[in-house]
Amino acid sequence: MSNTTPPVTVPAELRADIEAHMALYPDSRSAALPALEAAQRVHGWCSPEAIEQVAEVMGVTPAYLAAVATFYDMLETEPVGKHSIYVCTNISCSLRGADALHAAVSEAAGDDPEFNVRSFECLGACDIAPMASVDGVFVGPLTAEDVPQLLDDIRAGRPVLPDKQLSTRLVADPNANSRAFPAHPIEAGSTTDASGGSVSTTAQTPPAESIGGDSA
Amino acid sequence: MTEALLFKDIDEPGLATLDVYAKRGGYESLRKALATTPEDVLAQLEASGLRGRGGAGFAMGKKVSFLPKGTIDKYLVCNADESEPGTFKDRELMQKSPHMLIEGLIIASYAAGATRSFIYIRGEYVHQADVLDAALAEATAAGYIGENILDSGHSLSLVVHRGAGAYICGEETGLLDSLEGKRGNPRLKPPFPANQGLYQGPTLINNVETLATVPTIIRMSGEGYAKLGTETSKGTKLVSVSGHVQRPGNYEIELGTPSREIIYGLAGGPPEGREIKCWFPGGSSSPVLKAEDLDLPYDFEAMAKAGSMLGSGAIIVVDDSTPILDVALKVAKFYRHESCGKCTPCREGTNWTVKMLERIDAGTATPMDIEIMASVQEHIIGNCLCVLGDAMAMPIGSLIAKFREEFEEHIEAARIRNGLGAGVPEPALATGVTG
Repeated sequence: MSNTTPPVTVPAELRADIEAHMALYPDSRSAALPALEAAQRVHGWCSPEAIEQVAEVMGVTPAYLAAVATFYDMLETEPVGKHSIYVCTNISCSLRGADALHAAVSEAAGDDPEFNVRSFECLGACDIAPMASVDGVFVGPLTAEDVPQLLDDIRAGRPVLPDKQLSTRLVADPNANSRAFPAHPIEAGSTTDASGGSVSTTAQTPPAESIGGDSA
Repeated sequence: MTEALLFKDIDEPGLATLDVYAKRGGYESLRKALATTPEDVLAQLEASGLRGRGGAGFAMGKKVSFLPKGTIDKYLVCNADESEPGTFKDRELMQKSPHMLIEGLIIASYAAGATRSFIYIRGEYVHQADVLDAALAEATAAGYIGENILDSGHSLSLVVHRGAGAYICGEETGLLDSLEGKRGNPRLKPPFPANQGLYQGPTLINNVETLATVPTIIRMSGEGYAKLGTETSKGTKLVSVSGHVQRPGNYEIELGTPSREIIYGLAGGPPEGREIKCWFPGGSSSPVLKAEDLDLPYDFEAMAKAGSMLGSGAIIVVDDSTPILDVALKVAKFYRHESCGKCTPCREGTNWTVKMLERIDAGTATPMDIEIMASVQEHIIGNCLCVLGDAMAMPIGSLIAKFREEFEEHIEAARIRNGLGAGVPEPALATGVTG
């Protein structure tokens, strides 16, 4: 009596891609995220088939990879549209109208299966709020009037809203950043009390740990 | 008085290429550092007084010194999982000056004796990761990454590792688990990463801006750098200003600059006719400050003394057009979504806070809900493996403390708006039952 499952076949290119990632790390399991992303690019989402293929190449169980995939927002565990539109609706963008923008994008995209419209956590581009990431390209600031053009650009395979792409933006205010800094506050003498004092205790103790960045 | 350091040439066309970066003096600091001993480099870092730029503000030199000595495998991990809401400074650096980060990382690895390094960049930063990959290829071809760098005997490998969307992976131990190919759950500390980090080996973890500052420190000398800033907050800091300001963006300031100068002078202040209601001085997880705090110098101590924190240097400004409940709800929902679920106070506390805020907005809350909500925040802080729960509890707690009247008015107004009638309704939770 044999209980063997049929062998999993993996597209050669995907296998090579995953193996190249595995070779980068002292422990090949570190390649789990890049491998799942590679499989998602091939299959459109982290389908059971995609996960089985990654598991086959990495030598881990599909269950392990499924547990990993469900943890991360960018790994899709349901079928989704080919083009992702992440509208940032976190605090800085919402203060500038992101919720209305998200509603406008959702309505305009309707049930077109090509689009994967999601409201997303802070994408790190509050300088162009409200903004969206379209297949990884950051565009903003956006208004409801930009939405038809945005969807048309995606449908036509053109660069999305070229004038509003973050990659072309200069640092907010070049003049402000290149000029000399204001007088040293302690030298100016007005704020010594607020910045000095209790040096020995506060200087040695980090105020609190932070997550969004690091711990030093 | 000084010129910008990290942002000196930031908008220079082609700065992301090795050619332009080298013409601007790039990799000179690496040469200078490799001509001295690792101990010398460490001494410069300690003399600079540089404190971590990611959030906690821990002394960078001290952190390097925590790594055990000797010839064991040591790792350097750059935390580029910039995801604290309101923060976008590392994005700017990586996109426009990737070699500055790579140069700083090589120098830091030399000081720490690390031979393998990783940049863990959040998956959403697709363009920035591509830029880093291109810069890494150039640096490798030029012999700055690889075996026996510039005949110094020091070797270093570097991998740009892309995340896949999880705020918690910015927490250093969550990041390490994620980098090992697991779910990004934070670990119990101790052991700290300096002793047992990536693959159980000694690991130095630093933020992008921290590492990108290292070449400047070597160029100016630690002592020279330490002349900038205040007594205990040395140097310059990149500040991301967003929300209700006229010129949102990244600004490099000298630590200790008055907050008003940053928010009004550089970022243009709130729109015409609006007043500042509150501002987050260090990302959405920092307790809020009010307009009366605007004259505080922007540095680690002054923010801590005012009951908040400098955090990642992300200033989010909220003007008087926005109900405070909307702010609280946005913040609480974010942390509820991002809680990894491992620790009960965080998993349940973030969920209950959202539910209570929604009750307030629906008009079905009682004033007692505000008390319960405040107490929930107190029970989260310090009771979890990592600080994600605290990151909600601190700002929500401060919003309740500083805007209690507005919360109460919101309950009343919502009740009337929803036709639930005036007067205090029955408590939502049974509390009066005895016996």
